[in-house]
Amino acid sequence: MHLTVPALVAAGLAGIGLYGVLARRNAVMVLVGAELLLNAGVLLLVLTDLGGAGRAPGGDPLLSGQVGALFAITVAAAEIGLALAVVLLLFRTSGSSDLRRSRSLGEAARPVEDGDPR
Amino acid sequence: MTGLDVLLTAFGVLALASGLLAVTSQQVVHAALWLVVSLGALAGLYLLLGAEVVALVQLLVYVGAVVVLVLFALMLTRAPTGRSDDLDSPRPVRVLAAVVGASTTVLLGAALLAADPGLVERRAETGQARPLGEVLFASWVLPFELVSVLLLAALVAAVAVSRGRESE
Repeated sequence: MHLTVPALVAAGLAGIGLYGVLARRNAVMVLVGAELLLNAGVLLLVLTDLGGAGRAPGGDPLLSGQVGALFAITVAAAEIGLALAVVLLLFRTSGSSDLRRSRSLGEAARPVEDGDPR
Repeated sequence: MTGLDVLLTAFGVLALASGLLAVTSQQVVHAALWLVVSLGALAGLYLLLGAEVVALVQLLVYVGAVVVLVLFALMLTRAPTGRSDDLDSPRPVRVLAAVVGASTTVLLGAALLAADPGLVERRAETGQARPLGEVLFASWVLPFELVSVLLLAALVAAVAVSRGRESE
């Protein structure tokens, strides 16, 4: 089989994911674009395990490409869990998940009430 | 152009088309569901390439967990269920984003085509559970443990972020 088509799919997904991150205003839609970007990288990792110039005959004995893909999927799941927690906090403090409407995300932006442990 | 190449092209086109629909759709729930189709097509692509465990993990983790998280976040942020007009940035930003995305695709595609290995044989025996499991728990056991610590850290951090300071 030829690996040109999956390689071009990875390139296309990277461009599409980048468009999604840059062009969307809703916070969750930006994360959808980031997921596509990550999947392009995971696809490239899997492709490195299958073919390439200068490979040892029989392939990589450590299967680094596929193991890297497994770890990348796991890290992506952890990342999106944390990112969605931040999106929910943003929605709770500013009332909308529109990224252009909230300009301050840090703790210093919130007024300090009495009795705060800070 | 063997049958495997035809199937690879079909799944690839499906992944790209549904990914494009996911980032341009004007309804949030449709975008999340197009993401499901795109990730499922990618899992099919991994299966065709011989990486069976990666395909299953992609289905379990990405389609099964990540997209469900996205849908929950959409529900909890009171996302509009119909057509919504304020999902995209204004047109100049979108044109710039399209230019950046297209140039990234062209750049990556050119680099990958230059490194094209040509005709490779499909080695399904290295993508199965036994060889992958043996190498994962023998050679990659330290990164494996570190990834589980990372998952724990992400879990604790997500709970800490969403609790805020009202609950003390």
